[in-house]
Amino acid sequence: MSIFELFISAIFVNNIVLSQNLGNCPYVGCSKEKGVALGMGGAVIFVIIMATVFTWLTQKYILVPLNVTYLQTLVFILIIASLVQFVEMFLKKAVPPLYSALGIFLPLITTNCAVMGATLVVQREKYDLLTGALYSCASGVGFLLALLLMAGIRERLETLRVPKAMAGTPISLVMAGIMALAFMAFKGMI
Amino acid sequence: MVMTSILILAGLGLAVAVVLGIASKVFYVEEDPKVEAVLEALPGANCGGCGYAGCEGYAIAVVNIPTIAANLCVAGGKDVAAAVGQLTGKAVTESDPLISFRRCDKISGKVQKRYSYQGMPSCAAAATLAQGSDVCAFSCLGFGDCVVTCPFDALYIQDNIVRVRENLCTGCGKCTQACPRNILELIPRRARVAIRCSTQDKLRAVMDVCEAGCIQCSKCIKTCPANAISFVNNRITIDQKMCLAYGPDCDMACVSACPRKILRNLREKDCLLNKMSELKDAKPETKEEVKTENKATENNTEVKTEKPAEKVEKKEEVTA
Repeated sequence: MSIFELFISAIFVNNIVLSQNLGNCPYVGCSKEKGVALGMGGAVIFVIIMATVFTWLTQKYILVPLNVTYLQTLVFILIIASLVQFVEMFLKKAVPPLYSALGIFLPLITTNCAVMGATLVVQREKYDLLTGALYSCASGVGFLLALLLMAGIRERLETLRVPKAMAGTPISLVMAGIMALAFMAFKGMI
Repeated sequence: MVMTSILILAGLGLAVAVVLGIASKVFYVEEDPKVEAVLEALPGANCGGCGYAGCEGYAIAVVNIPTIAANLCVAGGKDVAAAVGQLTGKAVTESDPLISFRRCDKISGKVQKRYSYQGMPSCAAAATLAQGSDVCAFSCLGFGDCVVTCPFDALYIQDNIVRVRENLCTGCGKCTQACPRNILELIPRRARVAIRCSTQDKLRAVMDVCEAGCIQCSKCIKTCPANAISFVNNRITIDQKMCLAYGPDCDMACVSACPRKILRNLREKDCLLNKMSELKDAKPETKEEVKTENKATENNTEVKTEKPAEKVEKKEEVTA
């Protein structure tokens, strides 16, 4: 599979939210406004690439040589959580504007399963470091795309009267389901 | 195998902890602890009533800029202003607590519909379609754009018109921006007189569409000894500061002068503003309520929207 195909497939065909059903919590929680969706999507792209690189290195130079790959999940959680913490501290000191833009979203990503999922898929598919980083970047872009589309729909929805029992999260989940169905149409592409 | 797992995880955890520990020292950013303390004292509703983007914006500004007053938080009122003043070492001049007031009484004015509006249920949309469906182009549209905006759940729609829950309204003023017709106005809670109409039309044009509309006869302007009443943007407006500064000596001259009972004495016991808090969770017995309201206006008294028996019930609900 060429790099380009990998990129397209990660964004559309195997969209991390709509096709793999990962990261549903921020997908519903951070998609009320386009601005917030952009912020969250940007933060996820940033963290997902970093996380993939670091977990890939950990897998290759710690877990495999010590023959403890069964600890993968646990170790990856540890790495991702502390990485996010580190990045947050670094940004606060070095790039305050970026910190205030991403600041509120970074802690949310600490336990984001989209990030975790992407790192595990990279290991499962045995990508090399560069391909893995590209794949995770594309996954992040896919996440951003799904979030933005959702935010667009929800902004329109604001002006409509949704039945009380369906308002808020229920209608969002229904929409997520319909969007996932729509994204199924990409399946035959690659 | 158990031992190796434990050792490896412990080692990794330790390594990460050391790195994070060093990082927290290296990347330490000095933050004013005052900002956090002020932020904690603020209500945290991020209503924007202070003029800043949110509570944090105001907290940073009030701590760092000496000219910014400590009493800008309208939602928090006196207590918050005192707390912020204490934290920042600023003198607190008391600000008048405000409340949102609806300048429309289309129910007692029996404002008719020109057409049946079937579009998007939002005031902003309804107002753009041939000046709205009411015959009065300045009436409350009743789709509740303000209700959605209110961060304190202080507004609700009943009988197609917005109502204010007096006990919940903090006077942040978000609703005044949301209303496409500027019907909601902030008035001091201790205001004595308020105007229940926001029309910009005159005489016949008003009489034809609304029985409770301001015909701009200017009687109140001439009567007011404090010169507090004037036309602002073609709307009759009371300068509440001047009115309150003059005091109650005028004996509500404007209220008795108004031939249409548009100026309301807010100090009266059965005044709608005082009763609004009791209207909370009103039952959907719309038709009956409209009837009682109409009767009330015929008697030239204040609008009564509640039957006495219901009132007692509701009071209990509120206290519960």
